[in-house]
Amino acid sequence: MTRGQQFMQWIDDRFPATKVWNEHLAEYYAPKNFNFWYFFGSLALLVLVNQLLTGIWLTMHYNPSAELAYASVEYIMRDVPYGWLLRYMHSTGASAFFLVVYMHMFRGMMYGSYRKPRELVWLFGMVIFVLLMAEAFMGYLLPWGNMSYWGAQVIINLFNAVPVVGEDLVTWIRGDYLISGATLNRFFALHVVALPIALLLMVFLHIVALHAVGSNNPDGIEIKKNKDENGIPLDGIPFHPYYTVKDIVGVAGFLFLFCLAIFYFPEGGGYFLEPPNFTPANNLKTPEHIAPVWYFTPFYSILRAVPNMEGGVVLMGLSIVILFFMPWLDRSPVKSIRYKGPLFKLALALFVVCFVVLGYLGMKPPSPLFTLLAQISTGYYFFFFIFLTFYHKIDKTKPVPERVTH
Amino acid sequence: MKKIIATIFASLSLAAVAAGGGDYKPNDPANTRLEDKASLQRGATLYMNYCMGCHGLEFSRYKRMAQDLNIQEDVLAENLIFDGSKPGDLMKTAMPNKSAEIWFGAAPPDLSLIARYRGNKWLYNYLRAFYKDETRPYGVNNTVFPDVGMPHVLEPLQGMQYLSEEGELALITEGALTPEEYDVAIRDLVNFLDYVGEPAKVKRHSLGVYVLLFILVFFVLAYFLKKEYWKDIH
Repeated sequence: MTRGQQFMQWIDDRFPATKVWNEHLAEYYAPKNFNFWYFFGSLALLVLVNQLLTGIWLTMHYNPSAELAYASVEYIMRDVPYGWLLRYMHSTGASAFFLVVYMHMFRGMMYGSYRKPRELVWLFGMVIFVLLMAEAFMGYLLPWGNMSYWGAQVIINLFNAVPVVGEDLVTWIRGDYLISGATLNRFFALHVVALPIALLLMVFLHIVALHAVGSNNPDGIEIKKNKDENGIPLDGIPFHPYYTVKDIVGVAGFLFLFCLAIFYFPEGGGYFLEPPNFTPANNLKTPEHIAPVWYFTPFYSILRAVPNMEGGVVLMGLSIVILFFMPWLDRSPVKSIRYKGPLFKLALALFVVCFVVLGYLGMKPPSPLFTLLAQISTGYYFFFFIFLTFYHKIDKTKPVPERVTH
Repeated sequence: MKKIIATIFASLSLAAVAAGGGDYKPNDPANTRLEDKASLQRGATLYMNYCMGCHGLEFSRYKRMAQDLNIQEDVLAENLIFDGSKPGDLMKTAMPNKSAEIWFGAAPPDLSLIARYRGNKWLYNYLRAFYKDETRPYGVNNTVFPDVGMPHVLEPLQGMQYLSEEGELALITEGALTPEEYDVAIRDLVNFLDYVGEPAKVKRHSLGVYVLLFILVFFVLAYFLKKEYWKDIH
């Protein structure tokens, strides 16, 4: 044995390093027919690492107090060497995270990746999504700009809709009778400690569950059904090196667009960093139009589509909760959109259109026409999930091949 | 009593706007260029002479501004610092907030980030849109920012405008600058505010090119590496 092998042996006698490496990379067999949509899982991981690292460095200079938070962000932007880069990587990273996660979720909906036996992969993923929303919402308060302040005001006030204890609950969340330094400090604690730990744990579980059942693929068929004499799936290839080198190409493509935004469009036309957030939080001065950041607007639209607040809150909550049930709502005999009929394709396309329309409307001030449009889109959003429960009875399917196609 | 007077004032001025058809909003492009150091220097001079008395730039430092704008330190100390600050100090206004509140009703806002909040175009048009309006406390109003609580500080340069029945602005008294010169001065001032809003912007733009080129090369290498590995997968 060489010295290197001896060293690995010494490690392996004490820790399953080689075993873990093989199980999850070198001998983890992934279907060989992954397409473009399969980049977004590894990209989500990349953005998570980006957020963690830039977040740690921002925390070194940021001051979580109502008096100094706003000034400390500008201190980072001006006096900290390359602080502006750290800040833009983090703020653009938040938008990139949601973009990547939405694509990742859409991939799952197209190819039926949530179906048996991957229900837990989907459920853990949904928990990550909810945690991510909480993380982004709390992070948005930290710059202590006026939109941070009033955005948090609007969203925290939604808890008033809870019967009986609503008002006390809102006070308890804020830690004060209005949003103040107390709120900022607890949001900081949750944003930089509690939620990242929870996120990391859930990402770990998401990947462990995925590797236990194996990845789905664009054909929606199980590669484990066809194995060779060594028990290796005929249509599977080792994740490392094949998908590591492929994902690096995806990473390069993503980084190009990501850096284009960081260096040339860090404000994202007012959608990544909103103009009112360049004035400090002021509890006497409401911004003319309060709109959440773009990634929340589809759900915000659903909230506003209902005339009374209680109903809106319930419907908005339901629009996220219902996604958890996807694995059990869909009864189609085939998983992938490739072998589903025209009805499903149309229904999914309309779902995407409605989601985008809701997102657009959520950024605009309400008007009678916009409210009507939001109501129609909201109606269809929920109809889609009802449709999932019965379309297998009316929609045609194509025969599913035995082996993956190219 | 104060409140009552304020309310009467406020309602009077609202009525004046309603009657005067004050919905004229100039909408000219600012055409500022951060690479134009001479323009930035002129803008800084204007700012220090006309604005700094009330509006601080409290997140920026004199020294950093001088470095970024190619201003010599002795020039900075002699011509641009009026309150005895040291070059390393933050550019705070000398006016105490408490007095400001008594004089103006509210402390004039810090303008470090005004260009990022309002945008260059808004600022460029706002600073050219003051007009005579005796109903207002300072005798002036503004078509871009109706009922603004600020006097026309640049009147010695621009002169005074009035708002015609048709809603057009025209000069009634001349200032030290011609209208064309005044527009250039305002462009310089807005350019300076754009710089102050994000001092790293020029560096960000120049660095970005190299980062993107690096990623492009990396992409090509990664692509061929992938191709090499995948050639035996069918």
